[in-house]
Amino acid sequence: MLIELERRSAPSRIMMLASPAIAVALTVVTAALLLAAIGVDPVHGLGVYFIAPLSTGWSLQELAVKASPLVLIAVGLAICFRANSWNIGAEGQYLAGAMLGGWFALAYQTAGAWWVLPGMLLLGALGGMLYALIPAALRVFFGANEILTSLMLVYVAQFGLDYLVRGPWRDPHGFNFPQTVAFEPAATMPLLLAGGRLHWGVLLAPLAVAVAIVFLGATLRGFELRVVGMAPRAGRFAGFDVRRDILLAFAVSGALAGLAGIIEVAGPIGQLLPTLSPGYGFAAIIVAFLGRLNPIGILLAGLILALSYLGGEQAQIALRVPLDLTIVLQGALLFYVLACDTFILYRLHLFGGRRKAVQRAA
Amino acid sequence: MIRREFLRGTALLASLPLVARPAQAAERLKVGFIYVGPVGDFGWSCQHDIARKALEQALAGKVETTYVENVPEGPDAERAIEGLARSGCKLVFTTSFGFMDATVKVAKRFPEVKFEHATGYKRAENLATYSGRFYEGRYVIGQIAGKMSKRGVVGYVGSFPIPEVVSGINAFMLGAWSVNPAMKVKIVWVNSWFDPGKEADAAKALIDQGADIVTQHTDSPAAMQIAEQRGVHAFSQDSDMLKFGPKAQLSGIIDNWSPYYIERTRAVLDGTWTSGDVWGGLGSRMVVMAPFTNMTPEVKMMAEATTASIAAGKLHPFHGPVYKQDGTLMVKDGAVLPDPDILGMNWYVKGIDEKAPG
Amino acid sequence: MLLEPLLLTIITAATPLLVAALGELVVERSGVLNLGVEGMMVMGASCGFVVAILTGSSILGALAGIGAGMALAAVFALMTLGFAANQVASGLALTIFGLGLSGLIGADFVGARRDPAPKLHLAGLSDLPFVGPILFGEDGFVYASVALLLGVSWFLWRTRTGLMLRAIGDNPISAHALGHQVLRVRLLAILFGGGCAGLAGAYLSLGYTPFWVRGMTAGRGWIALALVVFSSWIPWRLALGAYLFGAVTILQLYAQGYGLGVPSQLMSALPYLATILVLVAISRSHGRGAGPASLGTPFVPDH
Repeated sequence: MLIELERRSAPSRIMMLASPAIAVALTVVTAALLLAAIGVDPVHGLGVYFIAPLSTGWSLQELAVKASPLVLIAVGLAICFRANSWNIGAEGQYLAGAMLGGWFALAYQTAGAWWVLPGMLLLGALGGMLYALIPAALRVFFGANEILTSLMLVYVAQFGLDYLVRGPWRDPHGFNFPQTVAFEPAATMPLLLAGGRLHWGVLLAPLAVAVAIVFLGATLRGFELRVVGMAPRAGRFAGFDVRRDILLAFAVSGALAGLAGIIEVAGPIGQLLPTLSPGYGFAAIIVAFLGRLNPIGILLAGLILALSYLGGEQAQIALRVPLDLTIVLQGALLFYVLACDTFILYRLHLFGGRRKAVQRAA
Repeated sequence: MIRREFLRGTALLASLPLVARPAQAAERLKVGFIYVGPVGDFGWSCQHDIARKALEQALAGKVETTYVENVPEGPDAERAIEGLARSGCKLVFTTSFGFMDATVKVAKRFPEVKFEHATGYKRAENLATYSGRFYEGRYVIGQIAGKMSKRGVVGYVGSFPIPEVVSGINAFMLGAWSVNPAMKVKIVWVNSWFDPGKEADAAKALIDQGADIVTQHTDSPAAMQIAEQRGVHAFSQDSDMLKFGPKAQLSGIIDNWSPYYIERTRAVLDGTWTSGDVWGGLGSRMVVMAPFTNMTPEVKMMAEATTASIAAGKLHPFHGPVYKQDGTLMVKDGAVLPDPDILGMNWYVKGIDEKAPG
Repeated sequence: MLLEPLLLTIITAATPLLVAALGELVVERSGVLNLGVEGMMVMGASCGFVVAILTGSSILGALAGIGAGMALAAVFALMTLGFAANQVASGLALTIFGLGLSGLIGADFVGARRDPAPKLHLAGLSDLPFVGPILFGEDGFVYASVALLLGVSWFLWRTRTGLMLRAIGDNPISAHALGHQVLRVRLLAILFGGGCAGLAGAYLSLGYTPFWVRGMTAGRGWIALALVVFSSWIPWRLALGAYLFGAVTILQLYAQGYGLGVPSQLMSALPYLATILVLVAISRSHGRGAGPASLGTPFVPDH
């Protein structure tokens, strides 16, 4: 093989911190090359991509709004993946939460009472949890593989939502277009700052991160090492009830995905539509792994991915860079981050260099 | 110190896109577009982008356009629209129904920017709406189908049961019945705007069940290609698909947004822009018929005559009497269906056997 | 006679799923989970179509599709074998990368048209009633899918290399100790999987719906992945799954044509629900299909 890896005796602390920086640097270089290739001034282009989204209060607010559902879902997924349960259907659980919480809003929002919003959040989490428990139960009681069932249930949830907003839940005064009435203030997330879209729901993402750190606290030691280096199957042998473990993991991740769904509906969207998610449930899987299944890492990864979306939009607007170029760049960023993380646990030898070194030493 | 230097550097770089650009093009009007699909969808969004390019050509030197493609309806739409407004666009076209509420919200925050939302119904001082009277074209192709079908069965590939699609089905059948009262329709919903494979499968299913005319309200030329392979006729959607069905295509509906985009941009340049609701049809050429091909001269003459009388306002596809499926009289003799009822149409006309989606 | 065209349509719908999934099955049997099938498939569709237009040859197009899928798979191999990176995340990144790159490559070919790949015609045989068109009148992709199915089954259970590949998937450490080249076998498996996904994509843009539009795979790569799980990593069950999924998809379209009055969303959801139900039934009677034990775990040889 051209590339050989040698396991370090201990994970490199330097690389743990430097790896994301190297990955970002490589992405910047790639971006500059790609921009130059399509005739855009690289310095100007990089400013648009990576700095403009961080330069105004509005775009920072948008960054937080975009990152929060990703982080919220990814924290849940991390817990699930660490329990060796492969929940690929967070997108469906997000929709289920949005539907159940949205139903509560439609049914009770005219009451205008304080409990409408908390009720929505509660039912949103419940909806996601119940929907996640379907693949969990099918695995535990019937042995059906959860990767397939959770993924298939995404499509089913999408069609269910489609049916509801086109049929029974349609706004009666909306010319029969597929959407519900706009939510009343009682069913809407209050804004944190006037004039933007930053709302209280965004705060639940860092809160979930904090809770997850405490929740995972007992096993946090040596965590990076285990997760990055080894199979996440270790939990199985810790003596827990495997069935209960799976159900719990799915319940937690489903609840967080459902919560993210209802927060988006009660926050930035403000009603139920046939399309409620730009693929948050799938993007969150990437965020979970980019963050090394570690809550703090997930917070950072969520922000980086959100930044790449915002930068891509800015680049389309300001530079008319095709969307596909941005997507290629996003893919490259992910590759770089993943590749650089290798050096935390391994040393790299090119062209069999290590073997020669060993021979020489002998 | 280092931190402050860094911040200054950041500010300098950040100012580049926001300041450097407008400075070099101060007098040009910036026009922004939001597309729900990729510009390469060969359908709805592609047609809007063709019109954007036409606008750039027609008003060269006076305007500068930009767009954001593939913006999902939902939480991202508002950010993308606001991004355009913030980048200095003074006129923003949001080209899908699902952008309606997001456009309303952004329009409120940017009173000095003009917004144009396609196919919606919420307006404001600085937010106009526009849409195509696609049903006019559907009436014409329905008539052609009525004349050309030998088996008297038409297959309709639907995307989603929304009012625009439903009114299209109704207008098509009213047109078909005007020349062949025994015409039947079979409808298959693919529940997607975009899945060429499924559109092809739906077309096959309809042809296998006896349809010898296929018409579609989905974006890709898949159904047209199947019609060509199976030797039946079909109509194009959004753009001219004749090369995908040189023997199959009879005509079709072409979305032609460029006249409207040029006119509205001129209005902003002249300072005469006002909000309103414009529905363009065959008359204003926002809806254009694809060439009448693969038909006898008589059918062609009929289609041309119908097109002309609809364009002249002499013929309305929903002229009374129009009955709903259950026999209720919806439009009295001598009247026509008012625009708001067409906009929100969720019932089938009498004679269509399928269950209405509403 | 409706049955014959119905079967022909089902075969067309199932073939890309079967081809992409067969490749992934081999990859997963070697212990590697590549979630990037959708990305490799859409690259195959894009490059296959572009080359077919430029050269005028469906065969060269199909080969280009295979090559594009393999090229993307090579990137995945570099990540997961070379750098021992997380396979799930690398696969998802590959999907994103492939979607973007295919869009860039195909951008200038939107709106171009080709005739569908030619169908077999054997004088006499293809004209037989009913069985003729189904058995002897398909295009090359369909026959390739059948050959692949037989070939993969034979390879995995009847050859030494196949046995070794499965052993590596179950326990790379002991396979390595026995002197097997774990990484080399996995590399070849990943490339094979990429080639299959690329071929499946090329089928879409050359045979199924011969044109290119961005994202035309419309999620078929994900279905293929799910079908591998459905099959419990056994090729014949994979074929069963692909044809079941294709059949329900097509049948619901035919059923709509008869005007059943059932909400179309429910009809569209049927293939997914049916797959879940059948999986549950199979899993219950046969027990949980044990996948390759080391699936998804990176292996780094300890020299």
